[in-house]
Amino acid sequence: MIRFEDVTKVYDTTSRPALDGVTTEIVRGEFVFLVGPSGSGKSTFIRLVQREEKASSGTVYVSGRDVARLSSWRVPHLRRDLGVVFQDFRLLPNKTVFSNVAFAMQVLGKRRSLINQTVPEVLETVGLRDKAHRFPHELSGGEQQRVAIARAVVNKPAILLADEPTGNLDPETSWGIMEVLDTIHQNGTTVVMATHDNEIVNTMRRRVVELEAGKIVRDEAEGGYQPADNTAQLQSRLRKTEVK
Amino acid sequence: MRFAFILSETFSGIRRNLSMVISVVLVTFISLTFVGSAGLLQMQINQMKGYWYDRVEVAIFLCNDTSTAASCAGGGITDAQRDAIEAQLDSPQAAAYVESYEYESQEQALELFQQQYANLDMAESVTAEQLPESFRVSLVDPEQYEVVNEMFSGMAGVEVVSDQRELLESLFSLMNIASVIAIALAIIMLITAILLIATTIRLSAFSRRRETGIMRLVGASKTMIQLPFLAEGVVAALLGAALASVATWAIAKFFIADWLASQYPQTGFISSAEALWLVPLLFLIALILAAASSMLTLRRYLKV
Repeated sequence: MIRFEDVTKVYDTTSRPALDGVTTEIVRGEFVFLVGPSGSGKSTFIRLVQREEKASSGTVYVSGRDVARLSSWRVPHLRRDLGVVFQDFRLLPNKTVFSNVAFAMQVLGKRRSLINQTVPEVLETVGLRDKAHRFPHELSGGEQQRVAIARAVVNKPAILLADEPTGNLDPETSWGIMEVLDTIHQNGTTVVMATHDNEIVNTMRRRVVELEAGKIVRDEAEGGYQPADNTAQLQSRLRKTEVK
Repeated sequence: MRFAFILSETFSGIRRNLSMVISVVLVTFISLTFVGSAGLLQMQINQMKGYWYDRVEVAIFLCNDTSTAASCAGGGITDAQRDAIEAQLDSPQAAAYVESYEYESQEQALELFQQQYANLDMAESVTAEQLPESFRVSLVDPEQYEVVNEMFSGMAGVEVVSDQRELLESLFSLMNIASVIAIALAIIMLITAILLIATTIRLSAFSRRRETGIMRLVGASKTMIQLPFLAEGVVAALLGAALASVATWAIAKFFIADWLASQYPQTGFISSAEALWLVPLLFLIALILAAASSMLTLRRYLKV
């Protein structure tokens, strides 16, 4: 499904690479946690799959295609195979829950009848059936993230990429989100989730790929995650919040 | 669905960006009106050329006893000289340029003179001897005056070769200068319009960056993402072109066809219907304008 062959990504030649010679494969139907401290290359990994960035060297294959060699008008086709969820939800504030999810179908030119049928089903899956006509600001963070997940999967992508989807949520709400992601995985979608929430990783017992300074330091089938230095982790998180 | 969606995105973009869109419409309107006016001037010049050039001729004035020109040192023209000039007019070299010619004697010249200046006291006192004989030559192509001039001005017995067209030329060059100024202003305004459309698209792209971000994310095609912005610029530019077309037509109708034509009934003026030929041109320029500015912008601010 996703294959990295000796992938290196350098943003700025003066600093160290964001990803440094990464080789790994994620097969269809897997649920993979991508763990590691901030700056370890998790987000870069996801951006390379989306082809938001191109690898400096090495090759990224998604569904058998070398993404770097896709022509610019083929890139949208790649992205239709991917659903993406972010830490900051990225909903449209002036659209209702229903319209936010429907928007993802509209821009692909789907028929109105199909939209009216599919959107309520997906909202059911994420547990927001009765909030279809609310606006994002009327929802809690967890609910907003559910809308974002609904939008990511409404076009039935083969792969769901989640970049710290629980990063802004309290532990209890995070579990709700994990249940939704698990359901989507059960339905056959490959899920790649970048996180540094060790509690979630340790409880779920899924495959864990750990990155550190752009290199894979661990790849375990049913792994857990114990950040090497909690203080450093906390500090880096604090820095991140300050920047925002 | 797809088309309706793009259309609704376009109009929501225009609504959000109304003041910018209006300024684009106005700038395109003014600049294209300048283009239209320059076009009208050129059409008018062509019209007048066609009208007058059929009527103007080259006059080869021959020496008479009072001539002072150097070529007339030998006094009045002799019959031999006159025959030589006539032979030259009939010659095959001249045939390519000369459509027809007529000989005008001193008596005929006097008659014409007295007709034209009947209200002048002086007309009575002029005698035939004071006026030159001439050949009145109409040319196949009036632009070829110089060739004819060279052919005859050196000949013995020719006082001067004069081209009535010269008078018109000074008028035309004045009109040409006016249209060059109009075009220069139009070009400056068109550049402003391109930059303004580019800024408008950029602003619009910025105010809708959330939407376009999500569109990219879910794999919307390039057309779907970029077309509403492109359409926004095109709609504004075309509105400007429509206004400029109306203005150009109004100038042709009310200023030229109605007012000028009543002031100078002798002159051939273009009709307002002819001004309509400029309309497709104005719309074409507007389209190129919008396309050029979109090229500047979409690539940078709305990459897929």
